[in-house]
Amino acid sequence: MCGIVGLFLKDETLAPRLGELLTGMLSTMCDRGPDSAGFAVYGSEEPGTLKLTLRSAQAGEIVDLIARVAGALDITLPHAAHDTHVVVSVPQAHVDYFLLEVAKSPAVHMVGSGRCLVHNGSLSNHNAVRRDLIRKGLTFQTENDSEVAAGFVTAKMQEGLSLQQAMTASLKALDGFYTFVVGTESGFSVLRDPIACKPAVMAETDRWVAFGTEYRALVNLPSVDDARVWEPMPAKVYVWERH
Amino acid sequence: MPIVDLSQTALRELNRSLHLLTPDTDETRWRVLNPRGQHAVAVGVDAPVVIEVEGHVGYYCAGMNKQATVIVNGNAGQGVAENMMSGQVHVRGDASQAAGATGCGGLLVIDGNASARCGISMKGIDIVVKGSVGHLSAFMAQAGNLVVLGDAGEALGDSIYEADLFVCGEVKSLGADCIEKPLEDSHKLTLRGLLEAAGATADVDAFRRYGSARTLYNFHVDNIGSY
Repeated sequence: MCGIVGLFLKDETLAPRLGELLTGMLSTMCDRGPDSAGFAVYGSEEPGTLKLTLRSAQAGEIVDLIARVAGALDITLPHAAHDTHVVVSVPQAHVDYFLLEVAKSPAVHMVGSGRCLVHNGSLSNHNAVRRDLIRKGLTFQTENDSEVAAGFVTAKMQEGLSLQQAMTASLKALDGFYTFVVGTESGFSVLRDPIACKPAVMAETDRWVAFGTEYRALVNLPSVDDARVWEPMPAKVYVWERH
Repeated sequence: MPIVDLSQTALRELNRSLHLLTPDTDETRWRVLNPRGQHAVAVGVDAPVVIEVEGHVGYYCAGMNKQATVIVNGNAGQGVAENMMSGQVHVRGDASQAAGATGCGGLLVIDGNASARCGISMKGIDIVVKGSVGHLSAFMAQAGNLVVLGDAGEALGDSIYEADLFVCGEVKSLGADCIEKPLEDSHKLTLRGLLEAAGATADVDAFRRYGSARTLYNFHVDNIGSY
């Protein structure tokens, strides 16, 4: 079963530690199985930055690519043992050099809107929802159900709905079992389906909010022993936003 | 008194030591430090010992417990005391889903709240929750007693067999074939005993009893055409 984690920093002074903290959280999830693991990191969109997705078919292959990207840009990129998918913002000024460096790799592409959804569970009506979204102009790259959920939230937000409203709409529109954790440029959302078979736990301090499939993923967060720990309620949309 | 620090000792070693205990052991009190959300802490114990765990545990803590008393000074992830055969498990914090799942005996006490499916398929375990329980609690519960001092979520006792449910607070809704039943003297006696064993104070007359209407799990000749 998938393990998912999410971290929303209320206190911007923690931002330099985001990669380190998220890596720790995701690494505990890697115990659940070696198929794939990945990151998406969002922050306030600075002018002159681009968001890039790094992708590989096999866990382990991407490590070399991450190292080359990080080296080329002189930055540190978070990564975990089974990464197949990483989304990061890079300064636009570096892009020409970067694309030259990794031009031969099929594993890089730019994503438009800054939004990421991770999903533990399995949807049942995703094919019908996908057809509907394609009619609305969205494109999909896989047959995957989680991609449909991400597309649904994206479509709703493009229609002008807030993150809260888009997630609320998904309760009616999406059928199946799920825990969704969504990250946007400024927001963080958690939603469990009404039956809520998939495990979920959250912790909150005045500096951060975190989600994990297991409490184990949260234990190294700063001041976690003083955090409020709770289980998100089924069919309730939780949203935190940076203003 | 053995003290095992799980930040220094592998959980597997702790569980192995617990499994090697004999009924006449002198090591009757154990303390476990720094569980930090690990799963399967103190599972499969079969000895009359007391194990006190300092911190939050992950899934399946004290699973398959027999004879032992396991105390969690923190929260427990899903499946705490699942399949317990005898003994006692006491969670001082909250418990996640499926607490006491399919338990055959013993007593599970939760000082905080339990989330969905508390006592699912219980087979004789007694569960006392001082807070509230989530939806679908006592789903397909066969035998045993579930006592809830707080509220119960939707679909309490869905498809229930012969377990007895006692709720003091509000029941959001009842599940299939679960109905309110009279609270008789024999039930009050059982309830009083359970509350005492759990260290809970409540007036037994404030509880309502729920159980099976017995129309779902029993064959009715009128329905023969359906088979």
